[in-house]
Amino acid sequence: MIGLLVGAPLLGAAVLLVGGRYLERVGHWVATALAAVSLVLAATLFFDMLGRDGEDRALHQHLFSWIPVADFQADVAFRLDQLSMTFVLLITSVGTLIHLYSIGYMEHDPRRRRFFAYLNLFLAAMLLLVLADNYLLLYVGWEGVGLASFLLIGFWQHKPSAATAAKKAFVVNRVGDVGLAIAVMLMFTTFGSFAFEPVLAGANETSEGTLTAIGLMLLLAACGKSAQVPLQSWLGDAMEGPTPVSALIHAATMVTAGVYLITRSGAIFNGAPDAQTVVIVVGAVTLLFGAIVGCAKDDIKKALAGSTMSQIGYMMLATGLGPVGYVFAIMHLVTHGFFKAGLFLGAGSVMHGMNDEVDMRRYGGLRKYMPITFVTFGLAYLAIIGFPYLSGYFSKDEIIYAGFSKGGAEGWLLGGVMLLGAALTAYYMTRIMLLTFFGEKRWQPDAQGHEPHPHESPLSMTIPMMVLAVGSVGAGFFFDQGETFVHWLEPVTGLGHGDSPVSHGMVALAATGVMLLGVAGAWWQYGRRPVEAVAPSGRWITRAARRDLLQDDFNHAVLVRPGNYLTRGLVYLDHKLVDGVVNGTAASFGGLSGRLRRVQNGFARTYAVSMFGGAAVLVAATLLMRAV
Amino acid sequence: MSPENYLYLSALLFTLGAAGVLLRRNAIVVFMCVELMLNAANLALVTFSRMHGNLDGQILAFFVMVVAAAEVVVGLAIIVTVYRSRHSASVDDASLMKL
Repeated sequence: MIGLLVGAPLLGAAVLLVGGRYLERVGHWVATALAAVSLVLAATLFFDMLGRDGEDRALHQHLFSWIPVADFQADVAFRLDQLSMTFVLLITSVGTLIHLYSIGYMEHDPRRRRFFAYLNLFLAAMLLLVLADNYLLLYVGWEGVGLASFLLIGFWQHKPSAATAAKKAFVVNRVGDVGLAIAVMLMFTTFGSFAFEPVLAGANETSEGTLTAIGLMLLLAACGKSAQVPLQSWLGDAMEGPTPVSALIHAATMVTAGVYLITRSGAIFNGAPDAQTVVIVVGAVTLLFGAIVGCAKDDIKKALAGSTMSQIGYMMLATGLGPVGYVFAIMHLVTHGFFKAGLFLGAGSVMHGMNDEVDMRRYGGLRKYMPITFVTFGLAYLAIIGFPYLSGYFSKDEIIYAGFSKGGAEGWLLGGVMLLGAALTAYYMTRIMLLTFFGEKRWQPDAQGHEPHPHESPLSMTIPMMVLAVGSVGAGFFFDQGETFVHWLEPVTGLGHGDSPVSHGMVALAATGVMLLGVAGAWWQYGRRPVEAVAPSGRWITRAARRDLLQDDFNHAVLVRPGNYLTRGLVYLDHKLVDGVVNGTAASFGGLSGRLRRVQNGFARTYAVSMFGGAAVLVAATLLMRAV
Repeated sequence: MSPENYLYLSALLFTLGAAGVLLRRNAIVVFMCVELMLNAANLALVTFSRMHGNLDGQILAFFVMVVAAAEVVVGLAIIVTVYRSRHSASVDDASLMKL
């Protein structure tokens, strides 16, 4: 049953890729149906799980032994507990909606079948990642997600920028993957097993140093997949992929994997406070980094990408807080999955109606032309900025409250950073809203003289947006009602209570206050007066943020250029030294044989002389030896 | 007469043969000189047999004769074939076997 959950989309990917053009006309429906099959299975398992009590809810399924060698046991086995279940429901539901949306969005693409095959592969890999019951199988899913993201980001490979972005995402992710590989190896040497149960149970009796090492390696892996500083640079460029892919990467799959990994490995982090501190720092830095970048971008998708980075920063920070934060990290992850998918699908719908224009300064006043997109995008917008009683309000406030519970100066610092992040979130999201849907129309004919005719998207695209909007609005309230979500996850992640210097109510009040401040700031800049269609050059901070706070320049200066020099030096050494020795030896033997060759002149009498000479030498030597 | 004189004769004949092989160009003459060297060696073998009073040397001489006979057959055949194709029996003309 659990295997089927992964198997359905995997089968879809295989059939669509192998089936060739015979499936051209039905391929997208096959893929969507198989994603829906996974969703139905997940729902069945979910209701089945609800029928049991807290501790008994986890299901295990041992499929087969993958690599059985003496003590080394690598199994293909699944574990479905409350944490996996949450992810499975999110992945399959958002995934299915995005499949449905893509049918409309990719309608005119000649390679639509292939696109859906990759989407299915993406789902299968992500499901494998969250369902695995050991770290080795998780690693397989981890790599599968990396592969699928590479294929999808570079889907329009005829554009050099897309091909480069795909490569960049893949390479940056590899850096993180190395961390996961090392962590898995460390686990095996320390605990003698990969499976979650022995590893997490054994974490109590292991030295803090080992746990810190494993924790930091896991964090490196999480940074790669979840686009956290310092491995964040791929996320913005990944916007080169088709918009449904961005939605899938940002909401349901890929970037959530890092948060899952750390939450799943909670027992390890709980025993390694130093590693937890690093997680918190990474989360806090990323949450501001992403928010600042999001404030400056004029490309609607890149602004949303900055927002994702920032929101995942919140989740990372929460996981770094330990049992106080795990539950709320996952809760924010789920609510974020809804509203971020809604925002990206909305952005895709806008681009669909605007001849694929992404510059928000070329939009304006679209609320009249795209009413459904406007309303769904608007609801998701209210959810993400934390408008009271929408889903972002509940999950984000809980994380901020957990930050304050850290206690002391650190608590105030974390809480302050997160409130600042909340203000920035409100600012950049309002900016997107105002630039896109309000104000005067600012679009112009493109290079070929086609004036865009903004229009509402087809039903296959708007229905998923409506469903997601409902989720954005209601999920938080539903989760918070009687602390449903907390009780649901508690058996897996544990739950801690810190003593916060401020009450829940005050946090909610402060968060709402800074949110209003951010909205007002954005309105002051972009709502009050008409917006220029060409971006002004701006101050140094704006220019830096437009360049992603110089992340690429930094990577180039620190990593790429020295790397280039190193490889060039090595190539030079290879040519001169290694090749020199080899070629020199060959040349000297060649020259020697060329000289020796002259001895073979074909004259029988010359040979006879050498024979006689040789014989004479032999005789002389014999006689000489006798004499001595 | 002392048998040593036969050894001197044998050495003389061998030297004549060797000089002939090295200096003459006509293949037939070179060939005859080779025979001369073989027979000089035979003479030395028989002489040693006599000097040491056993038959080993004589037996070896018979072997040499057999080998020489076989060599004559093959050698003459080659010379005749070369002469037919090149109209020359000079050993220096047949110098194509080189790099």
